[in-house]
Amino acid sequence: MWAGGKGECGGGEFLSGWRGVVGLGSARIPINSTQGEAMSRVRVLVGTRKGAFILSSDGKRQHWEVSGPHFAGWPVYHAKGSPVDPNRIYASQSSDWFGQVIQRSNDGGKTWETPGGGVTKTPDGMPVGESNKYVYDTSAQTGKPLTTHQWYDGTQHPWEFKRVWHLEPSLTDPETVYAGVEDAALFRTTDGGHSWQEMAGLRGHGTGPKWQPGAGGLCLHTIVLDKDNPKRIFIAISAAGAFRTDDGGTNWKPINQGLRSQYIPDPNAEVGHCVHHMAMHPARPGVLFMQKHWDVMRSDNAGDLWTEVSGNLPTDFGFVIEVHAHEPETIYVVPIKSDGEHFPLDGQLRVYRSRKGGNEWEALTKGLPQRDCYVNVLRDAMAVDSLDKCGVYFGTTGGQVYASADAGDSWAPIVRDLPAVLSVEVQTLA
Amino acid sequence: MVKVVLPGHLRTLAGVTGDIEIEVAGPPTTNSVLDALEARYPALCGTIRDQVTHQRRPFLRYFACEGDLSHDPPDAPLPAAVASGAEPLFIIGAIAGGAFPHRSECG
Repeated sequence: MWAGGKGECGGGEFLSGWRGVVGLGSARIPINSTQGEAMSRVRVLVGTRKGAFILSSDGKRQHWEVSGPHFAGWPVYHAKGSPVDPNRIYASQSSDWFGQVIQRSNDGGKTWETPGGGVTKTPDGMPVGESNKYVYDTSAQTGKPLTTHQWYDGTQHPWEFKRVWHLEPSLTDPETVYAGVEDAALFRTTDGGHSWQEMAGLRGHGTGPKWQPGAGGLCLHTIVLDKDNPKRIFIAISAAGAFRTDDGGTNWKPINQGLRSQYIPDPNAEVGHCVHHMAMHPARPGVLFMQKHWDVMRSDNAGDLWTEVSGNLPTDFGFVIEVHAHEPETIYVVPIKSDGEHFPLDGQLRVYRSRKGGNEWEALTKGLPQRDCYVNVLRDAMAVDSLDKCGVYFGTTGGQVYASADAGDSWAPIVRDLPAVLSVEVQTLA
Repeated sequence: MVKVVLPGHLRTLAGVTGDIEIEVAGPPTTNSVLDALEARYPALCGTIRDQVTHQRRPFLRYFACEGDLSHDPPDAPLPAAVASGAEPLFIIGAIAGGAFPHRSECG
């Protein structure tokens, strides 16, 4: 499913003073910082193919503490903290062998629990844990018929739950989390992960039989919440496209006008586009940026119409896209050679930054390997912190997590030998 | 008392070390053993069999008494040696290759 194995990248120096060793437990690194910088901390949550890791630093972002692997041996597709209670972190632990497990921490990742999944004293001592239970809602009252979706060969295929790709905690309630799953659907918990209910209006939109799996499966991988309008949610599915609800999830509309995908029968179809990721600056909720399979896009009207902003990118295939924390027109992508060759062009790992919301891009290479690098950067593996000098982070399928403490001008690996990185999220802590 | 041997990942998830001994009402079957196991360790719900259909997950197998019980009816009685606790029920993560011998004479 995941392209590429462990890449062997040359170049790149450790951040000054970093001496951590990744392994069981944590490696604590002495921090020598001014009092002001020590007031802020950064916690980077990394999901990998063989567990989760937590990378912590003070505001200088030079010395890092590495803890993990958590859930060793299991793929961790995503981990994200609550904006309301940063010590509340949710993680999606998923295995082809053992299925889906939701983990939750109430202490910033020091300890974890499966909500409702503790050991019972007696066989009937407590309700059976529902936290791992994702059942498509087909009830007459709230659900939608479980139709079929398109399979790779164009035939229709039954909807089957496989895993949670993305967890998006509510902006206002630490007990509420949205989950994007494969086969594509949106679930929500309002009890801290004990139980999950499908928001069936999305799957029941009516276009489901036209949705088809991308190379990674038919996954709902992006959930964007609007802090100014709690009833508005954006999601994206590979390969169906982007959708928006304006009524809290009851009704959804595809927002794919302007997308053009030459690899589907109707390049301008209402659905069927392989959207890889979307990002939005919280201060400008109507402006969306998208990395599509090919093409980097933007919308200035909440997805009603998209325009291409690939501009001078050397290739506009890629997976990640992110927005600077304080500059809503500054965006980042990592161009990947092609859909057939999931690695950077010419073995050179380059982040591209546009300070004009697209079209005009500059390559950011300082500290990144510029030869013999054949890793990939997957769709959920880039994030920013919100310190004054915006930090940018991304992880690779070669196991490196790179950090920039100067908005992308220079980079250094925090760690470089993790399992393949599936996701990166950042928490800025007061 | 039925003995159950879990794969390492599921032992970690359940918070146990070593084999599990579990009380099952009536003649034990695969389903009744898993019912009791999931009731005591709810974190295991969905990891061995589907939460709704109770179908065995495709990459897991059930072995006992040197036999493969994976395709036996889940409500069929387990071998007497498993029911008595003399032999464990193994829940195994399928890896690759190798045919396990058909059920031996212990059942």
